[in-house]
Amino acid sequence: MRNSSKMIILALLAALFCGLYLFHELNGSYDYALPRRGIKVLAMALTGVAIAYSTVIFQTITHNRILTPSIMGLDSLYILLQTVVIFFLGSSHITIVNRHVNFILSIATMVVFALLLYQLLFKKGKRPIYFLLLVGIIIGTFFQSISTFLQVLIDPNEFMRVQDKMFASFNNVSGELVWWALAIVIIMFLIGMRSFNELDVLSLGRDTAINLGVSYDKVVKLMLVISAVLISVSTALVGPITFFGLIVANLSYQFFKTYKHSVLIAGASVMSIIALVGGQWVVERVFTFSTTLSVIINFVGGVYFIYLLLKESRSS
Amino acid sequence: MIQVRELSKFYGKKAVVEKVNVNIHRGKITSFIGPNGAGKSTLLSMVSRLLDADTGEVLVDNDNVKKMKSNDFSKRVSILRQSNFMNVRLTIRELVSFGRFPHSKGHLNAQDIRIVEQAMEYMELLDMQHEYLDELSGGQRQRAFIAMVIAQDTDYILLDEPLNNLDMKHSVQIMKILRRLVEDLGKTVVIVLHDINFASVYSDRIVALKDGRVVKDGPTDEIINSDALKEIYDMDIPIQKMNNCNICVYFNS
Repeated sequence: MRNSSKMIILALLAALFCGLYLFHELNGSYDYALPRRGIKVLAMALTGVAIAYSTVIFQTITHNRILTPSIMGLDSLYILLQTVVIFFLGSSHITIVNRHVNFILSIATMVVFALLLYQLLFKKGKRPIYFLLLVGIIIGTFFQSISTFLQVLIDPNEFMRVQDKMFASFNNVSGELVWWALAIVIIMFLIGMRSFNELDVLSLGRDTAINLGVSYDKVVKLMLVISAVLISVSTALVGPITFFGLIVANLSYQFFKTYKHSVLIAGASVMSIIALVGGQWVVERVFTFSTTLSVIINFVGGVYFIYLLLKESRSS
Repeated sequence: MIQVRELSKFYGKKAVVEKVNVNIHRGKITSFIGPNGAGKSTLLSMVSRLLDADTGEVLVDNDNVKKMKSNDFSKRVSILRQSNFMNVRLTIRELVSFGRFPHSKGHLNAQDIRIVEQAMEYMELLDMQHEYLDELSGGQRQRAFIAMVIAQDTDYILLDEPLNNLDMKHSVQIMKILRRLVEDLGKTVVIVLHDINFASVYSDRIVALKDGRVVKDGPTDEIINSDALKEIYDMDIPIQKMNNCNICVYFNS
């Protein structure tokens, strides 16, 4: 089967699930339920695309197919931020209650953190990218430990609010924020798209990429920033869900069997939409909200991750 | 001509390459030889801007490499390293097509496709162009990478130990191809070699390094003699003339 026909089938499947989610059991509630469902579908599609895109480019620049950008510690930072705010200011403070303030604060903190980290590490001469990842892991663990410490001390009622933030949820996404997120994701695509061909070369390894005239350091830095912004947006919008990117990125590699990033990223994005919208439909209409999507994703993702580990260890 | 001026590289305080001055002449095969850790590969990496030099500069036809755009440089000088680990599964044809990237930016036109096919023909890979690289033997894979470099169509081709892990037959095959590249297409080849007999038989000039410095630099005949080799390798190496080739008999010295 050609890749273009594979893509059409996936796109049709995604459209089918979106339609199913929007119109199944709508009962003629076009004014009330439909716009709300529309916002949710848009939020899921956006999150899916942001995570798929950032994971694929992150895996290419790190030459590793079992990493996700969450290794940079951004979602730990998000949890820490929410915990600290609730711990010190209380859950009724404006930064928690007002979703806009929370959204902007979260994105700003994560992006500034990522930029500072890169700046600090790249300023001191050339370091291998693995050094950056190690620092990311250590800082992420550090953030997590502080969060856990504060969560133990916090008032149990307040902890409920923290817990809300700890799992991704599409159930109460604000309509306006979705449009902001949409704008940011589109901008990131426009910036990154010109480098898709260079990413193809990058997957041949650093030396070959430089030999073929790719400004390696420049492209890697640009991609790191793009993936940090995308992760920040999706996390601030629905919560930490980056693990999900691992599944769709690898499914896309397996399904399309190509080196072309334009195809891989598009494929992973459409697969995310299918998984998120389809998954949410199952959670809402089949399980009637008795579980959340992120629990299912983490379960399926975990099983797939173990499969990937076993496969990689056999092939090398 | 590639001019290397006062090039140095330090790891900590230790100099791996120290104040190296070398001229690489056009239309010739120049071999870098020397003991392990002499800095051959480091020098080649710096010339090809895979590694930043700590001091000194490299001029390609009088243009400073540091001031050149990476893409412009890649149209004039290509480099092939020893290990070519990659994350993706490619066919020979796809790999060789990547050689056109500096010119095409990923959108191959009719001329690019013609050059890719010529490169594969030159390396006798046309029959197997749709086979995957990870299913090839070491010699075939090395040929595929050299085909990519040929498709890149640069005046200068730098190769870092291209004979590594190859048996005698494939080594000779690769060296003959490099010779043809120089003679037929007027390319300039720089090659890091471990086996001095390949350097002796196939190269026009030899640059010998030891402890990060150039100890010998000249036409092959001047370097392949027992005195010079003693200085480079600290070994007494007798030289035998066979079929007009100087062969170094180092196995029991």
